[in-house]
Amino acid sequence: MSGNRIAKLSLQPMTNINERSVSNLSAIPKEEYLYKCTSACAGCSSSLCLRYVLKAAGPDSVLVVPACCTSVIQGMYPGTAMNVPVYNIAFAAAAACASGMSEALAALGKETNVIVYAGDGGTVDIGIQALSGAFERGTNFLYICYDNEAYGNTGMQRSGSTPLGARTTTTPGGKPTAKKDLDRIVEAHNPPYMATACSAYPLDLYKKVKKALSIEGPKFIHILAPCPPGWRYPTEKTVEMGKLAVKTGTWILYEREFGKLAISGPSKAAMKKPAPLEDYIKGQGRFKNLSPEVFDEMRQQVEHNIQRLSREEAGVC
Amino acid sequence: MLTIATGNKAVAAAVKAANPGVIAAYPITPQTEIVEQIADYVTDGELASRYIPVESEHSAMAACIGASAGGVRTFTATSSHGLLYMHEMVHWAAGARLPIVMANVNRALGPGWNTWAEHTDAFSQRDTGWLQVFVGTVQEAYDATLMAFKIAEDERVLLPVMVNLDGFTLSHIMQSLETAEIGDFLPPYHLPHAIDTENPCVYGPMTGPADYFRFRWDIERSMRDARGVIADVEREFAERFGRSYGPTEDYRCEDADVVVIAMGTLGKEAEVAVDRLRDEGIKAGSMRLRWFRPFPDLDLAGREVVVIDRDYSFGFGGVVAHSIRSKTGIEPYSVIAGLGGQEVTYNDIADFVRNRHPGEETWFGVSDHV
Amino acid sequence: MYEIRIHSRGGQGGVTAAKLLALAAFRDGKYATACPFYGAERRGAPVVSFVRIDDEPIKIYSQIHEPDLVIVLDTSIMDVVDVLQGLKDDGTVLLNSAHPLPGCNGTCRHVDLTGIALAENLVVAGSPILNTPVLGALAKMDIVTLPSVEKAIREMFADERNVKAAEAAYEELKV
Repeated sequence: MSGNRIAKLSLQPMTNINERSVSNLSAIPKEEYLYKCTSACAGCSSSLCLRYVLKAAGPDSVLVVPACCTSVIQGMYPGTAMNVPVYNIAFAAAAACASGMSEALAALGKETNVIVYAGDGGTVDIGIQALSGAFERGTNFLYICYDNEAYGNTGMQRSGSTPLGARTTTTPGGKPTAKKDLDRIVEAHNPPYMATACSAYPLDLYKKVKKALSIEGPKFIHILAPCPPGWRYPTEKTVEMGKLAVKTGTWILYEREFGKLAISGPSKAAMKKPAPLEDYIKGQGRFKNLSPEVFDEMRQQVEHNIQRLSREEAGVC
Repeated sequence: MLTIATGNKAVAAAVKAANPGVIAAYPITPQTEIVEQIADYVTDGELASRYIPVESEHSAMAACIGASAGGVRTFTATSSHGLLYMHEMVHWAAGARLPIVMANVNRALGPGWNTWAEHTDAFSQRDTGWLQVFVGTVQEAYDATLMAFKIAEDERVLLPVMVNLDGFTLSHIMQSLETAEIGDFLPPYHLPHAIDTENPCVYGPMTGPADYFRFRWDIERSMRDARGVIADVEREFAERFGRSYGPTEDYRCEDADVVVIAMGTLGKEAEVAVDRLRDEGIKAGSMRLRWFRPFPDLDLAGREVVVIDRDYSFGFGGVVAHSIRSKTGIEPYSVIAGLGGQEVTYNDIADFVRNRHPGEETWFGVSDHV
Repeated sequence: MYEIRIHSRGGQGGVTAAKLLALAAFRDGKYATACPFYGAERRGAPVVSFVRIDDEPIKIYSQIHEPDLVIVLDTSIMDVVDVLQGLKDDGTVLLNSAHPLPGCNGTCRHVDLTGIALAENLVVAGSPILNTPVLGALAKMDIVTLPSVEKAIREMFADERNVKAAEAAYEELKV
């Protein structure tokens, strides 16, 4: 038989993990489903996230990957860094492909996790129709969007998820419009579970993936994934950049179970007393020479989001 | 069971007999009756398939790809703009070596909006790596759909198959239909490279030129092997169900001086024209081209050929006429007719033969001998 | 080969009448095809359907240009469509009408299908059902047999009033 497939390294045995016992990083399983031989850029946070996603999902999982950085990160034929089945699919098609796969596996009586791992371009732009269709249909799968706020593997062109003011190769003067609010679009589909996460908080991500996969139906996790070459900061600052996004309230960690909002631990404190936005902006080359007007607009948007979610959680919306 | 049915209903009945695990489809005129009938079968519990009502044709094929790779038999149906909208995934399905079966109800492309028969939609997918068969009767729509699953799923092929039927002219006509108790004609679905978490593989990753080139050759090698598989399956079908098919349907060709080559319903109508021409003393025959990919070897030596194309490649010529020319070396009389459902009768086809000018092209009713 | 052209308006059942007629002919042991000519699908617009009946398999897919029989389910169409176009010299016309109409050449028959449908209370969405009673008239004209008409109607419809309407048309049509 020919065709694009790769015989893979054998599976390692999996240890049973009690989710509640995972209170620190040392309790996360040692088994690796993403090996160190990735083709990721130095300091890549989306591959860090994928590592923890797969640790949470375990070996009975299939990853559906549209064109995105992970198309590259997984490695080039005939090598691979992956130790779960990975189905690569065209840019716009991930959610639809996962719909078919989820139905097929269910028809065969399997309980395999079907997980889409897609970038922001393949989610908020070209893939949003398929995403919307799959959520409307109630597909039993987990859709994860790792968001580096631009088309990363093609060299940082703007996407709908690029924030206001950010320079990309197609917005050399800074993006004139705001970041598309993907989460409110997904929320409008009333999924049983959705959450935000950030590469700098792997334990939070791990728990959210675990919880998502325990629920039947369409689940969604939106991960902010800082990108050193794209955002133009030193590779060793990747974790720090994620933490600053959360601490300044630019990125808010939360969960929604059946619509009910719960702000996640790291964001609770940040929302009460956010760090200055400058701390997050100043370290990133993509925001170089930001005009005071644009910066002010960004600050207002951050404040607005904090207030909106705080009020909603407090029940005063 | 013997009944009468439309071409669309015949396709749906064959799909029911094949019992796919997953069907994903999006409605489009004139294919709608197929998906409506399948939805009825599923709702009534007559068909156990999981039916995914996708939001677009692109997603229909993407879902079929996911399901087929996931390990179950899959089917979809489309037409015209729907087929073109899924074009990217049509390539993907073949490249991923998935035995998906799709009915395409041939229809013209806009603008202007036109829902009638034309073959340009299917020919636009000519180079995707799909097998393509064109049918001429309601019974054949049923038989070809059933056989398509068996051919596609054969390990020597493992390529998707597109069953083409003319919009309205065949999709909506009622003719007699004999449905079959198919027994073990279709073996259980077995995809050697189905997703298996016990044996995790990466499918379709970044691939360098040398390996990519070899995968393309694998597709062509299977396409060549498919000729033999098609013959085997059509022979077995004839033995089991008594209806035989081949790469072409030849009618009064043995001693013919001039052969009409057409596809779909025009190929059946041509047989009536041949009878009329024979009554006049013109030794005509009809060769209805059924399989377009893989393209069959045709024996036309020493005959004149009239090709009717219900399609056109702008700036070049009729796709079938060119295929005949390049495969046989014969310069046919190329008639472009029936685009967008243009009415073409057996009298018109007889006139094409009577007034033939080998080596020339005519746009029927519009432009002579150019 | 016997070729029939049916004129109706969208929603009046001309397409279904063609299918029923083909099915009845098929139950008579004949070969038959029924094909509507589709345009945009809209209620009230003039619609044409074609039926061919033969003892041999039918290979013709083109429209019927010289019918043996023209059926007009709605005579108001005759103001806008030349229903007699191409009718064979020895052809027949069947009109849904309580009275004969002037201007019909050849053998022109009429039967009040609307009245029959209303008498049986065969009304769907405010419109009388014409496609089942017309089959009875066609049986009277020996195009199909009455038992096959009844069989065909029962294959497609559960409501027995459709069969009664066909029988009523069979009785009413004068030949």
